[in-house]
Amino acid sequence: MMRIRPYLTVFRMRFALMLQYRAAALAGFGTQCWWGFIKVMVFAAFFRSSIAHQPMSLAQSITYVWLGQAFLALLPWTADPDIAEMVRTGNVAYDRLRPLDTYFFWYARAMAWMAARALPRCAMMFAFACLVVPLLGMGAWRLRMPSSLESAALFAAAMAAEVLLSSALVMIVNLGCVVTLSDRGATTLMVPFVLVLSGSIVPLPFFPNWMQPFLFFQPFAGLVDIPYRIYFGGLTGWIAIAGLAQMLAWTIVLVLGGHRTMSAAMNRLQVQGS
Amino acid sequence: MPQILVQELSKSYLVSEREAGSWGAAKGLLRRRRRVIEALKGISFSLERGELLGFIGPNGAGKSTTIKILSGILRPSSGRCEVRGLVPWRDRIRHVAGIGVVFGQRSQLWWDLPVIEGFELLRDIYRVEDADYRKSLDAMVSLMRLERILDQPVRQLSLGQRMRCEIAAAMLHRPAILFLDEPTIGLDAPSKLAVREFVASLNRDAGVTVILTTHDMHDIEALAQRVIVIGNGVILADTSFERLRAEVLTERRLFIDFAGEAPALEIPNVRVRGREGNSIELAFDPRQVPAPELIGRLTAKYDLLDFHLEQPRIEEVIAHFYNLHGATEA
Repeated sequence: MMRIRPYLTVFRMRFALMLQYRAAALAGFGTQCWWGFIKVMVFAAFFRSSIAHQPMSLAQSITYVWLGQAFLALLPWTADPDIAEMVRTGNVAYDRLRPLDTYFFWYARAMAWMAARALPRCAMMFAFACLVVPLLGMGAWRLRMPSSLESAALFAAAMAAEVLLSSALVMIVNLGCVVTLSDRGATTLMVPFVLVLSGSIVPLPFFPNWMQPFLFFQPFAGLVDIPYRIYFGGLTGWIAIAGLAQMLAWTIVLVLGGHRTMSAAMNRLQVQGS
Repeated sequence: MPQILVQELSKSYLVSEREAGSWGAAKGLLRRRRRVIEALKGISFSLERGELLGFIGPNGAGKSTTIKILSGILRPSSGRCEVRGLVPWRDRIRHVAGIGVVFGQRSQLWWDLPVIEGFELLRDIYRVEDADYRKSLDAMVSLMRLERILDQPVRQLSLGQRMRCEIAAAMLHRPAILFLDEPTIGLDAPSKLAVREFVASLNRDAGVTVILTTHDMHDIEALAQRVIVIGNGVILADTSFERLRAEVLTERRLFIDFAGEAPALEIPNVRVRGREGNSIELAFDPRQVPAPELIGRLTAKYDLLDFHLEQPRIEEVIAHFYNLHGATEA
């Protein structure tokens, strides 16, 4: 217990700190409602104009969109702003003075940062998309409940795995930031991968059939596609479990690789100025 | 075995440069010019438990680099360094658990957290037992007079308040060695005094070894028994402050107010540094002209209203010393 206490405290403090930023959460929620409607309308228009058989129904696609809006804060496309700031100012020196493994120190902070940002936003988005949207007379465009109890339980597990996976990806961006001394480069590289390969722009089932095996096993699928398809029953049973397993496997690979890279980067670190 | 041992420590950085202007920028795209900066060129010293060492030198001399190597943040290019038997950068985690560091220009407390929560975070990070933490905290709070600011977020503190908190934060895990890199920078006089008093008491009462870098020579005068002067990456002097002063600038200054117009003085080995109305400032070396003798001669000959004797200011001593060694920054 004594060994992991520092990391737990770091998580708890950052989590509590991030929850204070209510205005940011409200603003984010507002933007996400707006974008959610636009995406839902695009899907509605698409389904109306197409008579071909689609891999997901309109209701499923709309649920996928609202879930994406609810959990947008879990997408790992930028560096942890605290780390980026510390690297820029050289305050990273202080983090090297702590008797902690710097990788897991930052990993705990990244996890707290993502989870605390996602929590209020997803609560508001669920309330909005499940309850308010039908009240506005748009019942067909609402966020539906999980398809079964089993799906709900698997979805909860998938979201927990997603926080782990997403934090490991944020750590990759953080490391890019340490190596290049700026968060711009790594962020610019990360954004298109995250947006396209996660299914955030177009759900992965709409991609060509021959790509599906690749899409299912690449690391970004765990950010959006796998958990959301579990939610509406698109992935069930052993396939859902395989999805969870791939998320955890990628998390382990990314953490091990990141941990190694961190040691190398820190050995080359130069902190200049007084 | 000394507590801190440094032998032939060197550190060089690679910096990229380019010529000014757009032509220089274009050339930089094709070929990057690199230059090696030698921040430390083989410095050696050792320190026993309980010593208080002042580390001074002009900007860019290598003070901070030395502190960063000793604290395990940087790896040196070559040389040996052991702190309590550990190699700082190799045994980093074990090493940093036993030292406290304050960088005067940086903040280690989380900006948005109240001071007390920042302290609690550090308590858990350093795995300090609750009872020990309570004891350290109480001691720090009363020594640094922190009672009234504990609940304030760090970003709302004045610089003086923040620095007191920073030093307290560095001591919560009761380190055996404290590194202070410019802890009094930008502080007002009372805050400087408080910091000095606190550092002195830590060293005297708790036996904490302290290494202090500063540009404020009063810090050094008030605190350091031993001074290392560093310039251009080499150690220029390792001595006590009084010895340094005696070696560098023995000169005394005599300020005299005469009853009438200040006379033209021609005394061998005594220089007139300045005159203004009835006052005059003389400079002399007490080894050539003892001060009582000079004053005796003057009082015998002239009508004096007042006089006082001064040593050169320490800033002057140090500037003189840097100049002697060509150690001022390029």
